[in-house]
Amino acid sequence: MEDEDVTNPTTNNQQPTTFLSDNQQQPTNNRYLKLSGLEPLIVTPETNFINIGERTNVTGSRKFLRLIKEEKYEEALDVARAQVDGGAQIIDINMDEGMLDGVHAMTTFLNLIASEPDIARVPVMIDSSKWEIIEAGLKVTQGKSIVNSISLKEGEENFIAHAKKVKRYGAAVIVMAFDETGQADTYNRRIEICKRSYDILVDKVGFPPEDIIFDPNIFPVATGMEEHRRNALDFFDATKWIRTNLPHAHVSGGVSNVSFSFRGNDRVREAMHSAFLYHAIQNGMDMGIVNPEMIEVYDDIDKELLEHVEDVLLDRRDDATERLLTFAENVKGGAKITEKQAQEWRLLPIQERLTHALVRGIDEFIEVDIEEARLAASKPIEVIEINLMTGMNVVGDLFGSGKMFLPQVVKSARVMKKAVAYLLPYIEEGKGKGSSAGKVLMATVKGDVHDIGKNIVAVVLGCNNFEIIDLGVMVPPEKIIEAAIRENVDIIGLSGLITPSLDEMVYLAKEMDKLNISIPIMIGGATTSRAHTAVKIAPQYRETVVHVNDASRAVTVAGNLLNANKLEYSKTIRAEYDTLREGYLNRSRDKDYLSIEDSRRNKLKLDWEDYAPTKPNFIGAQTIYPKPAELVEFIDWTPFFQTWDLHGKYPAILKDEVVGEQAVILFADAQKMLTQMLEEDWLEARGIYGIYPATTINDDDIELYDEDGKKKATFLTLRQQSQKTKGAPNIALADFIAPKEAGYTDYMGAFAVTTGFGVDEKAAEFEKDHDDYNSIMVKALGDRLAEAFAEYLHLKVRKEIWGYAADEHLSNEHLIKEEYAGIRPAPGYPACPDHLEKNTIWQLLDVEKQIGVKLTESLAMWPASSVSGYYFANPKSKYFGLGKIKEDQVIDYAKRRSIPTETASKWLNPNIAD
Amino acid sequence: MSKIYDALNNRILVLDGAMGTMLQRYNFSEEDFRGERFKDFPHSLKGNNDLLSITQPHAIKDVHRQYFEAGADIVETNTFSGTTIGMADYHLEDIVYELNYESARIAKEVADEFTAANPGRPRFVAGSIGPTNRTASMSPDVNDPGYRAVTFDDLLIAYKQQVKALIAGGADILLVETIFDTLNAKAALFAIEEVKDELGIDIPIMVSGTITDASGRTLSGQTVEAFLISISHIPLLSVGFNCALGADQLKPYLKRLAHNTSMNISAHPNAGLPNAFGEYDQTPEEMQVLIKEYLDDNLINIIGGCCGTTPKHIKLIADVAAQYEPRTSTVVS
Repeated sequence: MEDEDVTNPTTNNQQPTTFLSDNQQQPTNNRYLKLSGLEPLIVTPETNFINIGERTNVTGSRKFLRLIKEEKYEEALDVARAQVDGGAQIIDINMDEGMLDGVHAMTTFLNLIASEPDIARVPVMIDSSKWEIIEAGLKVTQGKSIVNSISLKEGEENFIAHAKKVKRYGAAVIVMAFDETGQADTYNRRIEICKRSYDILVDKVGFPPEDIIFDPNIFPVATGMEEHRRNALDFFDATKWIRTNLPHAHVSGGVSNVSFSFRGNDRVREAMHSAFLYHAIQNGMDMGIVNPEMIEVYDDIDKELLEHVEDVLLDRRDDATERLLTFAENVKGGAKITEKQAQEWRLLPIQERLTHALVRGIDEFIEVDIEEARLAASKPIEVIEINLMTGMNVVGDLFGSGKMFLPQVVKSARVMKKAVAYLLPYIEEGKGKGSSAGKVLMATVKGDVHDIGKNIVAVVLGCNNFEIIDLGVMVPPEKIIEAAIRENVDIIGLSGLITPSLDEMVYLAKEMDKLNISIPIMIGGATTSRAHTAVKIAPQYRETVVHVNDASRAVTVAGNLLNANKLEYSKTIRAEYDTLREGYLNRSRDKDYLSIEDSRRNKLKLDWEDYAPTKPNFIGAQTIYPKPAELVEFIDWTPFFQTWDLHGKYPAILKDEVVGEQAVILFADAQKMLTQMLEEDWLEARGIYGIYPATTINDDDIELYDEDGKKKATFLTLRQQSQKTKGAPNIALADFIAPKEAGYTDYMGAFAVTTGFGVDEKAAEFEKDHDDYNSIMVKALGDRLAEAFAEYLHLKVRKEIWGYAADEHLSNEHLIKEEYAGIRPAPGYPACPDHLEKNTIWQLLDVEKQIGVKLTESLAMWPASSVSGYYFANPKSKYFGLGKIKEDQVIDYAKRRSIPTETASKWLNPNIAD
Repeated sequence: MSKIYDALNNRILVLDGAMGTMLQRYNFSEEDFRGERFKDFPHSLKGNNDLLSITQPHAIKDVHRQYFEAGADIVETNTFSGTTIGMADYHLEDIVYELNYESARIAKEVADEFTAANPGRPRFVAGSIGPTNRTASMSPDVNDPGYRAVTFDDLLIAYKQQVKALIAGGADILLVETIFDTLNAKAALFAIEEVKDELGIDIPIMVSGTITDASGRTLSGQTVEAFLISISHIPLLSVGFNCALGADQLKPYLKRLAHNTSMNISAHPNAGLPNAFGEYDQTPEEMQVLIKEYLDDNLINIIGGCCGTTPKHIKLIADVAAQYEPRTSTVVS
């Protein structure tokens, strides 16, 4: 890299008080001409001569003119590519032709070049004598280009105006040695005009001198006219003067002009170009418009020819021109063949040629190659599945490792598309009519322009008999839905590459669900993932949503979604995603947490002034022994089926297409056992509850008292610490009980119930008979009855014992949906994951002694079919999940409970954020 | 204007963090986005964060305030999509001037509060000029590579309007950022130069590009060096990169940038790469470690955060930046 002298204000104690001007800002000693296409081109004194390609010029190439006129842009691009491949470091583009709309042609061609990374990597030279064409070119080039050219031809005012614009567009400029009186054709005129132009540009326009490139006019030599004898020599001398006297400026020129007199004699022309360049470079010309295919290596020029040529260029003899013309007759023809060596890849085996074409994005030979591959394949589809996919995998790998970038990949996709288009008729022929495997709508979602993956998937599906309706990119949700319905598609394929597309997909799924649409969705694209699909998209949509990892999987997935076993497949996918989602939600962590102090400050603040707690009808503890038969109507059957891995809500599950039959059998067996269980008194229901005056102290603790106000127990609650959306509180259960400051007594209850006595014995009996089915069945029913008991008791508490909801009338369905006032959270569950609280309940109600339910070492209840918990009566109380808490709360909690922090950490571990 | 140069001479300046990430926390509803004024607007406005400068200005000011409190020297106006091109999605082209004006005005109000409280440390407002949602040098249609969804002239008109409003509203700096297509940025710079001429004023410009993937190029295909060359024709306060990558992935490109220019260097990377859900997991502490590496390597004059960063990230970044001298680029080998 070049050395830079730096005028960074931080290093030289300069205290700029005004804005830095251009000149101040540029480091003064590093005035290199810097240009760019997709890649940089920096012209340093060490840089060799810069070749500017000249073939993309309608005034210089009849072929190029024809291609542009006939709008054969692809071939025109090949001309540009050949130049870059041939070594041009800049390409000159000129559309000045009377019959052409120059602005349109320049814009179109430069836009097309921008899509060809192997061409666009070099800077362009926007070449026109018409300012509007130059400006059109400047408006479509992202890199730093060169404008060719401006001059004093139309006066100083025009010159300054154009120079200012060029500078503002961010381009360098070629200044022709031309003024109001005409083109400079002598040494003196050249240096006079160049000096004047330079001074205006640098002093009046503030144009960076390194961005000025002079073209001191290369005129033909050996024209036979006396006044042309010094044409080359004057150019050399003027070049030398410019490079010496106009700091940082460069010199360029159109080299082929010099050999104009020898048109048709390429050998002489090539020699003359080389010799001219050799001398011009010696004098300081550092770039030039050259046809790289029309240059001979200077040292390789036949010595005799070279001498004749140099005699002319350097005006060494009076008869130099005649001598060269005579000599030229003898060397006519035989121009060396420099046909693109770049075509060597054409000799490679077919697969390598296809891969090369895909990687390089060359579609010139793709049809020939595909035809060859098709004839060699047993089925046309194989060419796609094997040959083309092999190539695209290479593209994918290169892209993934950063060796290709997006525009190149887009080009590869285009070649792929062409190849497939060629193959399609053959594939159609092979498969007969009307055998569509299904209609698939494909779209890249709103806000996203990436569609390579989508196109590949569309192609692969299309090749497998799926009918594709491709809506393209940036497709708004309404349009997708409208088209899906109108076309009656079987599958919708959504693609996206950028992150916001994920939200678009979620939104679309939601909308489709709202509209009761039942078309399965396939999700694909770089940022999509199985996890995101499972967690964010699938839950929004009742139909199947499935993530497709890559194009190769698309056919299988689409097939599965539509074949005879599609329901089973959908269930499998949904179950798989449910598991994945649960797994994710359990381990996901909120990234922002509040300190416990801040969480307390953001606690749920109920309006205690306007609240009057219902005084319980009963204060103290009391056991209760209902008949198990009384509990049956309170059973929530859905979890019962879950125990057996049958997923679905009761009673709908009994009619489920997949598991319905199983569910019916199971349910019948359960009913049978339940009846027997009740008739034969297999189990016993025992419960205890207690209701006490209570008050919240220090934000998070709840103290319970007896009727005399003597403290009976303290419940320690845990508080949410994750950062909430604005306005949402960080809740703890203590927020549901009036704090001491409220000035009145609130109330709280607790309970423990069991239906487990008898269950284990019965289960053991079945196990002895190796009857696992009934063993599990009896335990499952025991669990259901214990839950039913808790529900039953809660109802009694609400309506009678406490009586805060005396006139409540809810069906079991509503009870299951927890539509009642007040809550009964249980230690060990999301609102209070702290199992240690069970100890407090056991002490408060003397549970073990009263009803025999014990706590194991790990604080599990025995018998297993038991439920314990608290009662909160406040109508604002609600179930919530504690989520993760931070170390500070754990330490605080350990202190409150008077246990070592390590012990607290152990018990709370699943809830501690990492 | 000289104040910002003085400040840059003396210390590393801290830019704010993400606006969108902070606004998400408010969970604004469609009604909130609409406010009273757009109550009956016939199109959905939810998600139009820029509009919140008008309908929920207190929230925007609050975010600015939080960033200043965290230690930011410069906050960006809430105008990332504030052009007629960006607002067309919401049918709100007509309010673009007001939107930029108000955004700049409220940011400036907050900045002035902080400057008044501590005149020794002036705070600045950078008018955020986003890339728009269209690319001037790429076609959205694979089959029609010559097509452009937006032209230089379209961009020029849109940017001029945005620039005028930002300046009128009180922006101290203009920040052309998240440049994925250099041609879009050149249109923005062109617009700024025209407005400067028309108003006869000068205003410092920051330019910040975006390297989108492992190829180390902009979305439109330019290398770091080519990008730098393509935007160097306008006098700039700083050049840098933001968005798309986390601080660690961005570092090699920042180094290449620093290696090739003596201009001030800015960086506002994302809080890591998004996870499968598009969320950013990098903690302030993790990000601070990475930014410290920038500082150890003498890469930075202006540092801040992009997607996923919060006042906590900025606080830790500001803390560590305060311990370092600004980048000096005496020797570039």
